[in-house]
Amino acid sequence: MLLDVENSRRLRFLAAVGIGSLVVGGAVMAFALETFPQTQQAPPGAATLPPASAATAGQSGTQAPAGSAPGSQPAQSGLNIVVLDPAHGGTDPGARGTGGIQESEITLEFATGVRRALEQQGFQVVGTRQGNENPSFDDRSAMANAQRGSVFITLHIASTGIPGTVRVYVNSDLPPLTAANGFIPWDLAQAPFLGLSRKLGDLVQGMLTHQFKGSPDIAQTAAIRQLRTTAAPAIAVEVSSVVVNDRADLDHMVPGVAGAIARGVAAFKPVYAIAAPSGAMP
Amino acid sequence: MTEPATAPARGRWKFWLTTLLVFAVIGAAIFVPILRKRMKRAAQLQQQSEEQARRELIQPVPMNPSDPRVKAELFWLSDADSSMLAPVVVELPLSSDPVLRSKQVLNTLLAGPVDVELRTLPPDAVLLAFYILPDGTAIADFSEALATSIPSGIQSEQLAVDSLTHTLEANVPQLKRLKILIHGQEVETLAGHVDLTGTFAVNADAGPSPANPATGPAVGKTGAFLVPPLTLSFSTVKLAER
Repeated sequence: MLLDVENSRRLRFLAAVGIGSLVVGGAVMAFALETFPQTQQAPPGAATLPPASAATAGQSGTQAPAGSAPGSQPAQSGLNIVVLDPAHGGTDPGARGTGGIQESEITLEFATGVRRALEQQGFQVVGTRQGNENPSFDDRSAMANAQRGSVFITLHIASTGIPGTVRVYVNSDLPPLTAANGFIPWDLAQAPFLGLSRKLGDLVQGMLTHQFKGSPDIAQTAAIRQLRTTAAPAIAVEVSSVVVNDRADLDHMVPGVAGAIARGVAAFKPVYAIAAPSGAMP
Repeated sequence: MTEPATAPARGRWKFWLTTLLVFAVIGAAIFVPILRKRMKRAAQLQQQSEEQARRELIQPVPMNPSDPRVKAELFWLSDADSSMLAPVVVELPLSSDPVLRSKQVLNTLLAGPVDVELRTLPPDAVLLAFYILPDGTAIADFSEALATSIPSGIQSEQLAVDSLTHTLEANVPQLKRLKILIHGQEVETLAGHVDLTGTFAVNADAGPSPANPATGPAVGKTGAFLVPPLTLSFSTVKLAER
């Protein structure tokens, strides 16, 4: 009987040691796996070393939903919605200043101010992110492409440029659409909206330049990935810059930038309504 | 009679087994992080050696002094306005072969202007490969530094691309479009903003590649920020050393 009790204690001790070893071992392995270097992951984009594949890469073959058809999207609804995109986020901090300023944080702060100003103008605002997430370019575009009667504004903070200035960009020219079925290829979703984007960009840039001296008079053109797949009038607003010595310098710009964007979008609303009956094709 | 003798022996065996297990776990706890660090270092070394091997294979094309000296236009940031590009005229001995000529002007562009503040491309970026397709599309493959060292932003990235396309347009008339690869791969953006999935117009008359109608943002004219050219003789231009 005594032997049985002793054996039972030993067994319990051994079981406890065994379980403890498993827990410690498991924790060590979990830590090792979690922090294991990700060097073997394929980089974004398809391998394109062969020249032929490089020339044909980039076509997904996907198409925007029917709601994005250029003739139907804004015709019935008019402009009511602004899709606001604070760029970057999550593992992508964007531009970084010497003082620890991160573009992803500042864009979120600007988005809060712009949202408030737009709502005061009577617009409904849809944000592509609310916190420190990083939706893909296509996910952000999809949020705009799912709306009817919307414009898309992506907010950026540059790492160059004269501090205290703001530049508006529209997408570079895209090849003309050839699809006759009313659908827009996803990769060219911005193509039919470039004219409207230019009008929106010039209006917003004008308001910003009035507020922030030294900014350009009209919107600039750039090959912006985020805008290319957006089936709506779409602009990028880039504030200079993350290299300011004091973050307060950027914070002070929020009300001015927000007000100028809201006034620019409000000025664009009648242009958008006039353009709609003849189709959104600019 | 045998049971009292075997029970302590079994107990000792279990004790040693348990001790062995505990030491194994402690050993693993110490060894796994070391192993992880060594693997990470090995992966980095492998990556570096691949880059080094490519650089050694593709040395910068030397200028041939016997080639005719021509006035090449290189586009860096304007001294008057850093949001614009300005052509700088430099006398260089350039090959008549479009591939060699393109490599020569791009390597000079990468080397940078006298004033380092006016450079458009990172100083550690290297042209790894350059070739021209029969339809006039040029493929330029740069080292990862082009994407990782460039200041992130729409303006800075667009100016970098414009400096490449304008320099090629001014000096290599055979080219129509430019496709930019990073370390042999197509990437979605240069540094988070400018789209690299398509081709960029080099010659103003060139449209998007027929083989790739879904791409081809035309940047040549619309994205240009040009000011009147500044003329310098080659002897006065000291190229920054990489």
